[in-house]
Amino acid sequence: MNGFDFAQLALYFVLLLTLGYFLGKYMAFVYQKEAGSGFLPLRLMENLTYKCAGLNPHVDMTWIEYSRSLMGFSLVSFIFLYALQRMQNILPLNPEHLQAVSPDSAFNTTVSFISNTNWQGYSGEATLSYLSQMLGLTVQNFVSAAVGMAVLVALIRGIIRHQSDGIGNFWSDLVRSIIHILMPLSVILSLLLISQGTIQNFSPYIEYKPLEVHNAQEVSQKLAMGPVASQVSIKQLGTNGGGFFNVNSCHPYENPSPISNLCELLAILLIPVGLCFTFGFMVNNLKEGLTMLIAMSSIFFVFLILALWAEFCQNPTLSLASNMEGKETRFGIVNSVLWSVCTTAASNGSVNCMHDSLTPLGGLAPMVLMQLGEVIYGGVGSGLYGMLVFALVTVFVAGLMVGRTPEYLGKKVEAFEMKMSSMILLVPPFVVLIGTALAVSCDAGRSSVFNSGVHGFSEILYAFSSAGNNNGSAFAGLNANTPFYNYALGTAMFIARYWLALPVLAIAGSLAKKKQIPVSSGTIPTTGILFTSFLVCIVLIVGSLTFIPALALGPIVEHLQMIYGAK
Amino acid sequence: MKHLIASLKIFLLLAILTGIVYPLFVTGIGQLVFNSQANGSIIKENGLVRGSSLIGQEFRQSKYFWSRPSATSPAPYNACASSGSNLGPTNPKLKESIEALRTKFQIDSSIKPSSELLTASGSGLDPHISPAGAHCQVERVAQNRGLAKELVEKIVLSHTQTRQLGILGEPVVNVLTLNLELDRIRADK
Repeated sequence: MNGFDFAQLALYFVLLLTLGYFLGKYMAFVYQKEAGSGFLPLRLMENLTYKCAGLNPHVDMTWIEYSRSLMGFSLVSFIFLYALQRMQNILPLNPEHLQAVSPDSAFNTTVSFISNTNWQGYSGEATLSYLSQMLGLTVQNFVSAAVGMAVLVALIRGIIRHQSDGIGNFWSDLVRSIIHILMPLSVILSLLLISQGTIQNFSPYIEYKPLEVHNAQEVSQKLAMGPVASQVSIKQLGTNGGGFFNVNSCHPYENPSPISNLCELLAILLIPVGLCFTFGFMVNNLKEGLTMLIAMSSIFFVFLILALWAEFCQNPTLSLASNMEGKETRFGIVNSVLWSVCTTAASNGSVNCMHDSLTPLGGLAPMVLMQLGEVIYGGVGSGLYGMLVFALVTVFVAGLMVGRTPEYLGKKVEAFEMKMSSMILLVPPFVVLIGTALAVSCDAGRSSVFNSGVHGFSEILYAFSSAGNNNGSAFAGLNANTPFYNYALGTAMFIARYWLALPVLAIAGSLAKKKQIPVSSGTIPTTGILFTSFLVCIVLIVGSLTFIPALALGPIVEHLQMIYGAK
Repeated sequence: MKHLIASLKIFLLLAILTGIVYPLFVTGIGQLVFNSQANGSIIKENGLVRGSSLIGQEFRQSKYFWSRPSATSPAPYNACASSGSNLGPTNPKLKESIEALRTKFQIDSSIKPSSELLTASGSGLDPHISPAGAHCQVERVAQNRGLAKELVEKIVLSHTQTRQLGILGEPVVNVLTLNLELDRIRADK
């Protein structure tokens, strides 16, 4: 690593924290104010939406009503997006005359986008029409992110309120997240990206005459076009990650320059980091939010350093000066590694280098960050609500150790919360490990593997880690566009999203009903070094105990093989 | 049922807002303010589209600077099917392809090719190579075109982009615009 590499890393984190702080403050303002307030043009748009839908955004919902609205909304999203893909051949805005998407692929893509995963089994430029990309995927990029933010805000309200039945109004949380936060940010980011060369048009693919014409190419030399910038910006901001093109943000039309790369990288972590500040402002104690942020960051840096070290080392089997396979020249090693760690720490899943070609330990870091349950910053909303569940578990364990009633922010943590929390912690590992086991034990699962040997096992483990934690990145050698993987990974994504969101809302409802207990000398403080390190330990122990055996069979063995040059 | 109807209504409204109004708004401003970028940074010569300065092309002739290998199918640098090689770090095929390319480069020049010239990019459409990657091809290109080595070096330098804002990214050379300029020089002669 040289001085430029360190300078780029430092610049990134300074910008991220500064922007995150101010955005966090603004988001707290958005969620604390009544529905229908805020900046004028946005406020008008918001009120118009309620009016046209005939909704009263001021009704306080119980957690059951809140969940019912959420599930109803997701059902409608599912049907709409599935139908749109199946009928794209007869709908407008399809200049390349692409066919209807196959049923298994459409199912997979639909679950993938409504669950904020954005796993992509298909190749964007060869499969989806402009209409499907825009009215299907871009819309889901917004709403699935907003659903995650709504659930988080409901949980925070559950913590703040006392002796209350309601945890807020789902519709107002949803609409306000989109109109006041996601959309303005997306417009700004889109324009920044276009200025760098990200395309935004509705032209048919452009034919061109290359300088050298080769036989194999004579058939067609075309440049794929489309409304790319508007989708890329929300895919990054909403921790969605689904690219317009097959190779996502490696593609020069999605990510043309180092400046666009920096903007997209900032967008990946901006809202998740900002929400930690929002949490601090909303519970009226910024230190609580900082505790979450510091706990997340300390795990993040461990894996960032590991991945940087692994990628800057020479691969002894190749005798190359640097590991450029699957990476773009304009980004170089440092930006590629930083992206791979950010995108998996947040549940984003977009890529600017091919993760399949990372060194074994360089690929292990993203895999572990997903397996920890996407709580290291995590998805917008979903990351912090996952981390808050870990905080509940931490006070519970700490309470057991010293023999005190566990409390978090003035709320007693009891049997019901712990039951829900353990469900949240157990379901994703179960989905990941059972799914992987199933895939490696049947032909349908094994035949999709691209790289042979232990790396092939890593490909499968990575796929289920990604789907089972709603990340969406891939070791893309694995051919996942088969009925087996489309259905298996689709199911994994579905369980991982809703099996987690609903228990979180249940916890929110139960906490909101409780009395506020005043702080006493017996209260375990939930800020400071002791609590933060305890929280980090709990996250790491739960995650690593579950996955180390599987990791030992994949990336760890491959690393040893690589060092000793064995085949 | 009441929930479903409310869901349907609000979903449709949000779909219109985020799926139609928002992308059209962005397209409008983009086309107006950044017209060339929004339409793909197209390079035209005498009215003929020769490609995009952001999308690489394959070069095999000795008179051209060569781009990085590309793993797109059915042919390299297919701008309608972006793809990386996805070869794992210990895959024997990766080693074989690197060694084969190394031989190809060293037949023409005694200078060692840089890493990116031997490895496929993530997109398969990488328009750039590193300054070192261009430098090791200068002798071959100069000889083939009957140009002075210093002149070719100078042209390479003029197509080298430094780090953005002085620190971001890596210095790169745009292979397509570089080769276009070399062709132009021959045409001028």
